[in-house]
Amino acid sequence: MRNDKVIQVEALTKQFGDFKAVDHISFHVEKGEIFGFLGANGAGKTTAMRMLTGLSKPSSGKGTVAGFDVLKESERIKERIGYMSQKFSLYEDLTVKENIRFYGGIYGLSKNQIEIKTSQILQELNLSEVGSKLVRSLPLGWKQRLAFAVSMVHDPEIVFLDEPTGGVDPNVRRQFWEAIYQAAELGRTIFVTTHYMDEAEYCDRVSIMVSGKIEALDTPDNLKETFKAESMDEVFLKLAR
Amino acid sequence: MKAISIHNISKSYNGTKALDNISFDVQRGQLFGLIGPDGAGKSTLFRILTTLLLADEGEAFVDGLHVVNQYQEIRKRVGYMPGRFSLYQDLSVEENLSFFATIFGTTIEENYDLVKDIYVQIEPFKKRLAGKLSGGMKQKLALSCALIHKPTVLFLDEPTTGVDAVSRKEFWDMLKSLKEKNIAILVSTPYMDEATLCDEIALIQEGRILKIDEPQNMMERFDKPLFAVKTNSTYQLLKHLRLKPYTHSVLPFGECLHLITSEVLSAANIQEQLKSEGFTDVEVFDIKASIEDVFLDLSLKNEKYA
Repeated sequence: MRNDKVIQVEALTKQFGDFKAVDHISFHVEKGEIFGFLGANGAGKTTAMRMLTGLSKPSSGKGTVAGFDVLKESERIKERIGYMSQKFSLYEDLTVKENIRFYGGIYGLSKNQIEIKTSQILQELNLSEVGSKLVRSLPLGWKQRLAFAVSMVHDPEIVFLDEPTGGVDPNVRRQFWEAIYQAAELGRTIFVTTHYMDEAEYCDRVSIMVSGKIEALDTPDNLKETFKAESMDEVFLKLAR
Repeated sequence: MKAISIHNISKSYNGTKALDNISFDVQRGQLFGLIGPDGAGKSTLFRILTTLLLADEGEAFVDGLHVVNQYQEIRKRVGYMPGRFSLYQDLSVEENLSFFATIFGTTIEENYDLVKDIYVQIEPFKKRLAGKLSGGMKQKLALSCALIHKPTVLFLDEPTTGVDAVSRKEFWDMLKSLKEKNIAILVSTPYMDEATLCDEIALIQEGRILKIDEPQNMMERFDKPLFAVKTNSTYQLLKHLRLKPYTHSVLPFGECLHLITSEVLSAANIQEQLKSEGFTDVEVFDIKASIEDVFLDLSLKNEKYA
């Protein structure tokens, strides 16, 4: 059964003892959408994302990610999603090609598929000349786009970007958002967590978590209107305080 | 007397210039922001000013004291909050603060006034280990520790990196009240939106200062035609505008694109053209430059991609 909702969850909850880290959240994300998942530190973003990526079993609720059940098919989910974060992405002491080969291998691509993917990524990112260079030696912006490409090496339905762009150069950040736009245009669904509110404005829709619950979910424009705010930063401050 | 005075400071690591001929002054009671991305050289400059690193060239003075010849005296007078969390994770909140007070030969009680506003917010957790605090609370403790010996100059290296929007806002409010106590503050941040909260800023990239001014002036003096362009098909429009002869630069800016034109055009004119070219929902506005617009424009000029 396929549908256009790449993520669909209902009353998803994660409880640790008496504490509900994620408290009955319900939402969906559509194919090709850039979905921003926001919240303050400790609001439950990471716990929610761990459930969506099959790393943590929900205490209650139900849902599907990439067409698979979050309760029963977490291993299948892991195969069909991509993941990238600022902290965990590439191996600095492997070359560009080795990184692609490594991740391709992890996701079970054949030798032949890996070869095709490698030349495709190198060409698309204009990295052909540095394919045999250590990742460590690349400028940050290149690394970031490479990490993004590598997270999609197995053509996942959806890519989870966990605070991908903190602290980087405003130029580099824009190149990265262009890469995201491009992927979304090709039908890839993008799920981004960030606590930089200005980044929220790049998303098609955003949700804001406060104390385990989704307190708002809409397009950035509508949220600003609803909360009578000039920027997403203001929206966030009104909700989180 | 100037709180910080920097003259032509340069520093290289293995042939890479981390700082290239940096000069500026910070006045007493001034909140001065060093605004730039990772790798701009911000932390290197902080280490030189706090006497932890020697510059290759140039001179600097903190509180009128020479950073090389009078480093011991400087160390007694400055507060420094390094980028990485610098507290003892396995000491409690209270133990950390009293440790920092003790090594500077003072006590929490003696200077409590200065840290009170900040410390009361974490005092309910004073028995908690520093390693177990949330990001926002760690930041408040680190600031308390940097202040407990009543420094005259405060160095804050990316104090708000990785901290959520609410805590960031509270932190800047705290800095404002410290400044009123006549402490000079040099603060660095990669967040362009925090620049407007400073009295004066230096935009820095790859070890070079792009511009120094009051943030308000910097934004008002931006002299290129700048427009926000909005549509539902942002990415298509971005590619489309890149090819236009009138485009000087076009970059994604949240839900809009920011367009700088190389010729003088009206917003209405651009809007008409784009509509006729198929972007029926497009809206074009004249806008004032933000610090990020200024930074992006200056850094494009200095473009030196590898």
